[in-house]
Amino acid sequence: MKLLEIKNLRKRFDELEVLKDISLDVEEGQVVSVLGPSGSGKSTLLRCMSMLEKADGGTMTYCGKTAMSEKDGKSVFADKKTLKEIKSYYSLVFQNFNLFPHYTVLKNICDAPIHVMKRDKDEVIKEGRALLEKMGLSDKADYYPYQLSGGQQQRVAIARALNMKPRMLFFDEPTSALDPELTAEILKVLKELAAEKMTMMIVTHEIAFARSISDHVIFMDGGVIVEQGSPADVIDSPSNERTKAFLKKLEQ
Amino acid sequence: MMLADNIGFAQRLGSICSQLMSGVGASLLIFFLTLLFSLPLGLLVAFGRMSKFKPLSLLVKLYISVVRGTPLMLQLLVVFFGPFFLFGIRSTPEYRFYAVIIGFSLNYAAYFAEIYRSGIQAVPVGQHEACEILGYTPAQKFFKVVFPQMVKNILPSVTNEVITLVKDTSLAFAIAYTEMFTVAKQVAAKESTIMPLFVAGVFYYVFNFVVAFAMERLEKKMNFFR
Repeated sequence: MKLLEIKNLRKRFDELEVLKDISLDVEEGQVVSVLGPSGSGKSTLLRCMSMLEKADGGTMTYCGKTAMSEKDGKSVFADKKTLKEIKSYYSLVFQNFNLFPHYTVLKNICDAPIHVMKRDKDEVIKEGRALLEKMGLSDKADYYPYQLSGGQQQRVAIARALNMKPRMLFFDEPTSALDPELTAEILKVLKELAAEKMTMMIVTHEIAFARSISDHVIFMDGGVIVEQGSPADVIDSPSNERTKAFLKKLEQ
Repeated sequence: MMLADNIGFAQRLGSICSQLMSGVGASLLIFFLTLLFSLPLGLLVAFGRMSKFKPLSLLVKLYISVVRGTPLMLQLLVVFFGPFFLFGIRSTPEYRFYAVIIGFSLNYAAYFAEIYRSGIQAVPVGQHEACEILGYTPAQKFFKVVFPQMVKNILPSVTNEVITLVKDTSLAFAIAYTEMFTVAKQVAAKESTIMPLFVAGVFYYVFNFVVAFAMERLEKKMNFFR
């Protein structure tokens, strides 16, 4: 089943055309990595998909529900109720975590399920604690974010996203703010999630990691998808010159 | 002789203090009522200032600009005499007190509004985006996430304003409202001694010492997060 269908997505910031005609699908249980040089539009793509940015045109469909379509060259969004429903299908993990500094770890991951989803408080807390345990943070429930390392903070952020029970998770360069050791912590968590068949779309610079975890790899440059396919095709034997050049640069 | 002198001094000091006490209540009342009204009002003004509705934000900007750009003493005079000179309304005796509170509250709200605005804008964009992704309503976002971080951001600036307010209460004399400083000047003139003014000075200093202490405690309390 297709969880996400993006067609002809376009986005510009004033004169700068950041996304030019992006189309992609994400199947349930699939792990999709998005690679590409800085400024290629990867993050903007993810931000448009999670509706933090308003795309200028194209269509976006989540679990069969259309969030955005195009009419007379202009983007048209679904009504509030539908959008709210669609927004519950996905969650986003940020590059710099964006945890709430004044909330404890447990409150960070339980507040939204309780007060936005209106779920039962005891149940949410129980599940929150279970998630913390899974993230290896069961002893940190009452800590504040500043008392944690970057890797721990990012694991809390992932737990916060998971506790919303999304059907798919977006990651915007989840390890870019971390040193190699902490990066490994996060990659391990992502691998576990992949093994559980969590649907994920990950913008990353970790090529080796993308190769090992992804079912599908998208290579972007200059606001377009230059090449996409299995990791073996895109990373090991790229056909496009720009992909080749990018991967070669990273090897050096 | 020395003892008699000391007793005389103590008696005079005691008499000065008891006379000033009659004004202390008024000073404290101005202080607390101004905070009571201007702290919340400042938040509304800050919202108006940050509103995307241009006419409103421009109007509020003008209000802040006028209030900050003119003396508080003048503003008090306008609030007190304005109704009569502009509309011919005869003021009642109680209005003198209301005018003080209105003038002070409108003035301090403008300053607090700008402090709030700086505190709100200092909350990182990422916090707003996290709220957006988690599905918080704008009200939830403000009260749960922005407000607590704003409070932490603005405490040092608020302390400054509150300390200034303690001293500014003496400006109520401009419309002949009898607070402590007015009394001190009267007593000083009547008994031709500077002592009442010193006592008044000590009062303001001690008051502000307490304010600074309390605000420091509050700042420490907000240090549970960074």
